[in-house]
Amino acid sequence: MKLLTLNFLTCAIKSCKSSPASFPLHPRDATLEIIESDLNLAFLRNILPRLMWSELCTITRELGLPALPETVPTGEDMVEKKEGEEEVASQTAKDLHRVLLETGIREGGLVCGNCGHEYKVLEGVGNFLLPGHLV
Amino acid sequence: MTDAEIRGEAYEAQHVHTVYEEIATHFSSTRYKPWPIVERFLQELPDGSIGADIGCGNGKYLAVNPKVFIVGSDRSTNLVKIAKQHEPHAAVVADNLNLPHPLHCFDFAISIAVVHHLSTPERRIEALKAVLDLLQRPSDMSPDGGKALVYVWALEQKESRRGWDEGQEQDVMVPWVMKGGGEKPREKGRKKKRGETQEDRPTEGSSLAQPESKTYLRYYHLYRKGELEHDIEEAGGVVVESGYEKDNWWAIAKPR
Ligand SMILES: [Zn+2]
Repeated sequence: MKLLTLNFLTCAIKSCKSSPASFPLHPRDATLEIIESDLNLAFLRNILPRLMWSELCTITRELGLPALPETVPTGEDMVEKKEGEEEVASQTAKDLHRVLLETGIREGGLVCGNCGHEYKVLEGVGNFLLPGHLV
Repeated sequence: MTDAEIRGEAYEAQHVHTVYEEIATHFSSTRYKPWPIVERFLQELPDGSIGADIGCGNGKYLAVNPKVFIVGSDRSTNLVKIAKQHEPHAAVVADNLNLPHPLHCFDFAISIAVVHHLSTPERRIEALKAVLDLLQRPSDMSPDGGKALVYVWALEQKESRRGWDEGQEQDVMVPWVMKGGGEKPREKGRKKKRGETQEDRPTEGSSLAQPESKTYLRYYHLYRKGELEHDIEEAGGVVVESGYEKDNWWAIAKPR
């Protein structure tokens, strides 16, 4: 499950959603995987404003990944300026593509900081179905 | 006891979720052509839009527009495994009445051929409310707020081979026939599988029978004209646009 997904996931329990502690979910005993994909500069630039940056920094820190820049990169940070040539992805863009779109959780848990419920990730598929007593 | 008395979550687990999990691979092999209204809705989104596909199935609609980011979800793990292969999107296993998304975090949502599987009016309205709850509220960044496209099977489809039409029973069980030991789609003039001979087939019954076929029944609530719009209003939404497309009612809605 690619890490970008975590930017749009929280606890499935309704009463948790109003609590700031339910976002982001916290990885537990996670095994990571890399699934390479083509870098799409326009796509990366377009989703930048939607990233919850400090929460993403928390997730990457908890996973032991290299630290993200302290503040969210700008659209300009994503491009290597080269006169008269097509736009080339900067190292920042490559790093971001690597961590958000190519790095994923293969096995492990995702824990709600509000209620403590752990959701399982198996073979890269996160399962958010709730057991009967929590519905 | 009538069906209506026992409908609800457990009923859907048996008559919808279990069936899709079992027929996932076969179902997926028959689901690849997007409906035009859905395709148009997804293609017209601004680049970089973020959305949810509730009941994404095999991810047919995740393949339409790679310039947006969609988080798909479905109850069937087998279907999600197929859906998550569509880059750059994502897919998770979730229940459409208990979605694992922050409130109001998406620019758009689609719910295609999903709400008609819920077996009581209250649960169908709750499912629509769950979709509307995902959408961004109007703000400076997004003056209109988010919008959702909902698509359900129509009662009025007398041109279809099923022949349903107005005035008929709206709560129906629809068969899904799977031939070939649960693996092969039903097809005409099927070639024999390797190692399969005439003698391998049971000889009892009619020679026209399909001994390997298995029929699954799925529950559907067939929507009659105006009912989808009514349910959306009940769920706290406003219908922006709606219509009928090939045996289905559809509506584009936003939060009130
Ligand atoms: Zn929780």
